[in-house]
Amino acid sequence: MSELTLTVMRLGFLAVLWLFVIVAVQVIRSDLFGTRVTQRASRRGAEQSRASGGRQQPPPQRQQSGRGSGGRQRRGAPTKLVVSEGTLTGTTVALQGQTISLGRAHDSTIVLDDDYASSRHARIYPDRDGQWIVEDLGSTNGTYLDRTRLTTPTPIPLGAPIRIGKTVIELRK
Amino acid sequence: MSSSTTNTTTIGAMGAPSRRNTELAMLVFAVIIPVFAYANVGLALNDELPAGMLAYGLGLGLLAGVAHLVVRKFAPYADPLMLPIATLLNGLGLVLIWRLDQSPRLIRQAAGQGISNSSAPTQLMYSAMGIALFVGVLLLLKDHRVLQRYTYISMVVALILLIAPVFFPARFGARIWITIGGFSIQPAEFAKIIIAVFFAGYLMVKRDALALASRRFMGLYLPRGRDLGPILVIWAMSLLILVFETDLGTSLLFFGLFVIMLYVATERTSWIVFGLLMSAIGAVVVGSVEPHVNVRVMAWLHPFAVYAPNPPSWATTEQIAQSLFAFGSGGIFGTGLGQGNSDLIGFAAKADFILGTVGEELGLAGMMAFLLLYALLVERGVRTALAARDPFGKLLAVGLSAAFAIQIFVVTGGVTGLIPLTGMNMPFIAQGGSSVIANWALIAVLLRISDTARRPAPTPAPSTDAEMTQVVRP
Repeated sequence: MSELTLTVMRLGFLAVLWLFVIVAVQVIRSDLFGTRVTQRASRRGAEQSRASGGRQQPPPQRQQSGRGSGGRQRRGAPTKLVVSEGTLTGTTVALQGQTISLGRAHDSTIVLDDDYASSRHARIYPDRDGQWIVEDLGSTNGTYLDRTRLTTPTPIPLGAPIRIGKTVIELRK
Repeated sequence: MSSSTTNTTTIGAMGAPSRRNTELAMLVFAVIIPVFAYANVGLALNDELPAGMLAYGLGLGLLAGVAHLVVRKFAPYADPLMLPIATLLNGLGLVLIWRLDQSPRLIRQAAGQGISNSSAPTQLMYSAMGIALFVGVLLLLKDHRVLQRYTYISMVVALILLIAPVFFPARFGARIWITIGGFSIQPAEFAKIIIAVFFAGYLMVKRDALALASRRFMGLYLPRGRDLGPILVIWAMSLLILVFETDLGTSLLFFGLFVIMLYVATERTSWIVFGLLMSAIGAVVVGSVEPHVNVRVMAWLHPFAVYAPNPPSWATTEQIAQSLFAFGSGGIFGTGLGQGNSDLIGFAAKADFILGTVGEELGLAGMMAFLLLYALLVERGVRTALAARDPFGKLLAVGLSAAFAIQIFVVTGGVTGLIPLTGMNMPFIAQGGSSVIANWALIAVLLRISDTARRPAPTPAPSTDAEMTQVVRP
């Protein structure tokens, strides 16, 4: 076998081996971008989109994102959920009939980085009439609507603060 | 919206895809590379494509395919990279062993001892047994938390496995084999998995006592005297292994694994400090007292003494020197597969010193690629631990990856002259049945944990109850 062929094969093999390593690293890149980051339109929009490296994604569309089962959009119904206190202050989630889970578990809709939150703390979902309900999922430190600790699934009045640990969320129009 | 807000993003979970197709694509890649290497060796050695190329490629592909189908069926959300990387390493190991099988020097040497030099077919059989165990673990272990029930049973089993080799004759100066019939196995390879189960179960229960009851002194949390008990027991055990089995590798693996898991469970740096101090003391004392260990330390400090005109009595092996020569002559890009002289290392070239062949024939570039593959495998394990939701799974995943990482460090360090040589096997690529079978089982347990960790949580079904029932306000 000629010297040239062997050299080409030798370098070719190293190249293929490294290609495998690089492809493997590409596969695990998803670890770094494992959460979906959605921009809100704001004054700081341009700045933010630069910071996040252009990985802008469409707003989360859940599978059940119809209008709930048979519920029509009532007048005065909330359209978004806003985090008004805590580390996630300013985060909003559009209410599109989907169930929103809150907790420290990384697959929650809103991942709470809060020592007082349980991994699956609470969920917020629309009932048949489109009324939004908050339910505590057996959390350790409880979910508070205004000042009362929730024991049963409770309808959420517009603008009423729901407190989980240090985080406060509200439903707004 | 208040104008003072700064955080203007919404963070939601990306639906966790199962990524099985990614795994399949990577697996195909991982089978093609060793076949390429096989052709490369054949062309370099005999100027022709090796006759068994098709059979070998199909065999490896079949093993990988079976493993993939089982993962697809029984662990659909498992990590997509572990299986391809393990397959690639195993396949390349088979090629390297086959390449050394062809070496005239080793054939002559083996013929002198009246044994066959052909070990690649045996190794392929062991790999098949490894895959079989991999499949078995995935089929039988539906949930890794079951292992937690066997915390203390696994302690007993691991101790038996670690102590058993004492009662069997030493081979090559170390008692790490047990021989039953004509069959010899290295129990430490299996013990590392079982001991990780024990440590995970034990530390999960005891970690609060070990982490919280401590006094602060000079920036370190000093544990109470009685909490030092477990680490002292493990330390004594690993020293006993070192003294009676003269096996540096197992001893280091065993103690290092405990210290790492202790650190992960308690988040106290002081355990690392204690562990390093204790292993340093133990290593120095045993290294200067125990003759077999002393020989290895001297051979590490003076690898070339064997070539001196009047070699000292302890300089009996030129393995380390030959291995260093191999790395040196490999240079950056290596001599090419099948064109090196790493077979000069002798009978251990296929086992402990297989990295010498990698270093010589693939050079620094190939060596780094191999180490990165191992690093990626360990990274996936630690990542699994991060993603796992239950503390037992977290600790077990960390423990298994740490055992794997320590083993790689110990072997690579020994072969490259960083630490004294130990009798351990490079996972997946070195010749040795126990090692390849045990490591496939280890990967299977990690895949099981990662499947549980990455499985999307079932969405809470809207309960019909809640809608029917009126909320009664007092």
